[in-house]
Amino acid sequence: MNQAPYDRVKLARDSSRPTGLDYIKNIFKGFLEFHGDRSFGDDPAIIGGIARLNGNPVTVIAIEKGHTAKERVARNFGAPHPEGYRKALRLMKQAEKFGRPIICFVDTSGAYCGIGAEERGQGQAISENLMEMSTLCVPIVSILVGEGGSGGALALAVADRVWMLQNAVYSVISPEGCASILWKDSSKAEVAAASLKLTAEDAKSLGVIERILSETDIGKKEYYERIRSLLIDEVAELSEDPELLQKRYDRFRRIGMVESDEIV
Amino acid sequence: MALLNFLKPKNVLEEGGRTSAPIQEDAGEPEKTCPNCHKNIPISHLWANQLVCPCGYHFRMKARQRIGMITDKNSFQELFGDVKSCNPLAFPGYTEKLETVKNASGEEEAVICGTAAVGKQKCCLFVMESHFMMGSMGSAVGEKITALFEYAAAHRLPVIGFTVSGGARMQEGLLSLMQMAKTSAAVKRHSDVGLLYIAVLTDPTTGGVTASFAMEADIILAEPGATVGFAGARVVEQTTRKALPKEFQKSEFVLQHGFIDRIVPRKDQKKLLAELLKMHTGG
Repeated sequence: MNQAPYDRVKLARDSSRPTGLDYIKNIFKGFLEFHGDRSFGDDPAIIGGIARLNGNPVTVIAIEKGHTAKERVARNFGAPHPEGYRKALRLMKQAEKFGRPIICFVDTSGAYCGIGAEERGQGQAISENLMEMSTLCVPIVSILVGEGGSGGALALAVADRVWMLQNAVYSVISPEGCASILWKDSSKAEVAAASLKLTAEDAKSLGVIERILSETDIGKKEYYERIRSLLIDEVAELSEDPELLQKRYDRFRRIGMVESDEIV
Repeated sequence: MALLNFLKPKNVLEEGGRTSAPIQEDAGEPEKTCPNCHKNIPISHLWANQLVCPCGYHFRMKARQRIGMITDKNSFQELFGDVKSCNPLAFPGYTEKLETVKNASGEEEAVICGTAAVGKQKCCLFVMESHFMMGSMGSAVGEKITALFEYAAAHRLPVIGFTVSGGARMQEGLLSLMQMAKTSAAVKRHSDVGLLYIAVLTDPTTGGVTASFAMEADIILAEPGATVGFAGARVVEQTTRKALPKEFQKSEFVLQHGFIDRIVPRKDQKKLLAELLKMHTGG
């Protein structure tokens, strides 16, 4: 399994991969979906609600792309509007109130670039999630299961632990977008994909994620069982941590690479 | 009225760099064509009027010129000036690009941070630089903004920030993306101890900066006619294949949709910022 980065991008986008809803159904029990941002509407690109993990209530949020053409259209291809991010934040604050851990499944090419999305404050909605998630006092685990497209993905990934599937990608911009802006040539997407360091291995070596999840038996019972078992252990460990918020702050605080005259 | 303002400048800029737009020579005095009213304006008149055309069009301004315009004389003390970008991903062409941009702009990074007095009110200040890779945010910008909010929280100071940015800096990949979370967490901590943060959005404020610290202020101001948005207008047009509404993503449009508090022309900014700082210190 040593594909070129752009092949990973194609794999991550493959519509036959398990989507958010598949993970929710197969990992948790008794999922109850809750709808709406209480302000404008209900975004079908983001699913959220409560469920049980090992018997304990958790809040689950997932970006859903859908499998069939019809589903994908209905889910706006997993490109959320501001109300999706606001629904997610509402449910996360509810989780905090009731002391439930939060598990997010992230899979998006990015936040939707539409007129209505801009009118309703796409940037503001994302920024609010980044800010608020940094201090939510319950454990947050985010798993990137397909595409991790820029701010639209990060808005559900300010977490204590961020995991990526082996063939998921996480990037500040799509390789096509990068190639078209930098080199005025979207066919250079392969070069861009390699340069952006967007694979799970890259993300791990940059300190952006903690764990790479194997895709062996993907979609099978054993596969979901493995993730469930990892989640149970991780959530239990995080729930006991009295320094959860300081560690979450430090986790993001140390990311980046700069030159400085002083030794930091 | 506009002409009167033009003849009687209220504020004179300190010395600064020159703008990059084409200059037309006419009767010996260099002029600049306003993209809004299409008139040729003598550069000296623009300088005397904070780079604002008599028609009201706000030309882009260099960060250090802005610092001169906003802060009390000799009050600005730069912080974290030694923090600079490197090329952590060995991204093709980035090292050379940084070198070229540094030479052309005279700056080391796309944001300048420090402490200053504004109308005798002490504050922390950051001003982004459009002439440095269009104010894009990489590790160094994220680090400087984060460090400034931490400094402000430790010293119990308000923060004023002028934003201008094309978004996250592609050449630092995921490291740039993570700066959005890092800066947001620092803004939150500063906010949680009850301190004031005022953002002034200038043209253009977009992408990852809009989706992080630009939109997280207690009070969000914007310059007239500034582009403020998340996705670029061209991307929105390509995605939706629809004609964009008139004035789409202009600060007036964003104000109308409820995402900024006030639009403030350059000539009124210092006075308003000083008053806002006073009103939040019980003064």
